[in-house]
Amino acid sequence: MNIAVDAQLAWMFSGVVGLLIAASIIGFLLGRNVTDDAKRVVIDNLNARTWAWWVMCAIFAVAIFSGTIGSVILFALMSFLALREFITLTPTKHGDHRTLFWVFFVVIPLHYYLVAIRWYGLFSILIPVYVFLFVPLRSALAGETANFLERTAKIQWGLMVCVYCISHAPALLMLDIPGYSGNAKLLFFLVLVVQLSDVLQYVFGKTLGRRKIAPLISPNKTWEGFLGGVVCSSLIGAGLWWATPFTPFQAGGMALAINLMGFSGGLCMSAIKRDRGVKDFGTMIEGHGGIMDRIDSISFAAPIFFHLTRFYFT
Amino acid sequence: MFDSHIISRMIPLLTRLILGANARWYCPQETAVQRVYFANHTSHLDTLLLWSLLPPQVRSLTRPVAAKEYWNATRLRRFIAQKVFNAVLIERPNHDGGEESSRVALASRAFSIILEAIGETHSLIIFPEGTRGNSVTMRPFKSGLYHLACKKPGLEMIPVYLENLNRILPKGELLPIPLLSSVTFGSPLFLGEHETKKSFLERARRAIEELSV
Repeated sequence: MNIAVDAQLAWMFSGVVGLLIAASIIGFLLGRNVTDDAKRVVIDNLNARTWAWWVMCAIFAVAIFSGTIGSVILFALMSFLALREFITLTPTKHGDHRTLFWVFFVVIPLHYYLVAIRWYGLFSILIPVYVFLFVPLRSALAGETANFLERTAKIQWGLMVCVYCISHAPALLMLDIPGYSGNAKLLFFLVLVVQLSDVLQYVFGKTLGRRKIAPLISPNKTWEGFLGGVVCSSLIGAGLWWATPFTPFQAGGMALAINLMGFSGGLCMSAIKRDRGVKDFGTMIEGHGGIMDRIDSISFAAPIFFHLTRFYFT
Repeated sequence: MFDSHIISRMIPLLTRLILGANARWYCPQETAVQRVYFANHTSHLDTLLLWSLLPPQVRSLTRPVAAKEYWNATRLRRFIAQKVFNAVLIERPNHDGGEESSRVALASRAFSIILEAIGETHSLIIFPEGTRGNSVTMRPFKSGLYHLACKKPGLEMIPVYLENLNRILPKGELLPIPLLSSVTFGSPLFLGEHETKKSFLERARRAIEELSV
């Protein structure tokens, strides 16, 4: 890695720290004059979210500056914790116990090991071919037939969204892009754009939101929030072209694809939560809910961004 | 060999982390009153988790009631039961038979051990089903809970609902999987005036069931 590359990464981080400082100050100012109880709840939640963002950014910074290993370990841990929340919420039976043991303690480490050693061929088929055949087999051997198809589908889908899809974010580090180095910036671009879009959709939704997109699935998603968030964050993505192998126009297009996929991820995960009758996947991140609530949008955006980049730029 | 003091501080921390435990309290956490925490029983991890979620002061005075034949079986279990939990070990009657009179004698001996163990300062953790059941329905409660309430009317009977532990470590499995668990502490129950054994035990069982929804 050369110094120019690191400088660009440092610029991106400074931008994020600036945003967080601004958000903290705004949260503090808003909190000072509130007397109304209902507003108090919203402001407290906002400040809890901002504080959690500081912590998440610090963890992400440590991981990304420690190179491939740091990023792979961070995303492996996130997959582990997300799958934990996912399987907790989706009922499985005693017959799946040992299957799940394999999934948590063998499949996740093995899959991320493949990312770390940059073995793209096996990385891309390990879960959809080998593990997807292994899961029903292991459960069948346990001899429990009730809801067999349903249980298998749940474990497979959990693996898909929590492990396979998420792992395409650190997998960006294994792409060889001619004339471009320091893929960590690409990973940063993805995470920044998708999370900004979430935050901006929340902000536009809270301030201007009127028309609900899918009231039965998620009462907080509105057309105003969706359009405002997606347009703004795609423009910001275009403005970050200098850190990517893309032209400004291409960077904007990539950011738009990331945002649309991110929105889809959030919507699908909301449908699962609604079906299970819960508001959040967990309680791990103060103000946000669980890990899965924070990375649902990355899950859908990462593989698409990975393959668009791989197809057009390598 | 081990410093049991350090271990008794580390174990609750690790347990809460590994079992991803989330506790909800409908009664005060800290208390000077003697209590009996009674819970549904589906996993070997039940005692460990419930005990770990109590505040340190309360935990140091709370003794789980557990089966002697299980906790005396190996050196490690004996160490945990004696040094970490300070457990009250009782003999369980044999399920497949034995004389009725010997079962009654066993039960009354167990009850006097429990009474002695609780003294004037300690609290208890009890699984009134007597043995681990499946997750769907609780077995009928043993009568110990009722007799305790009769003998010591000041005891607060706290219903506790343990969720998901049967999925983390089901009966018959050796290795746990890392799911999230949750524990709900309900508000205290007291024996009503003229309340029969049957209705009290039924009320206690329902109190746990109500926490599960």
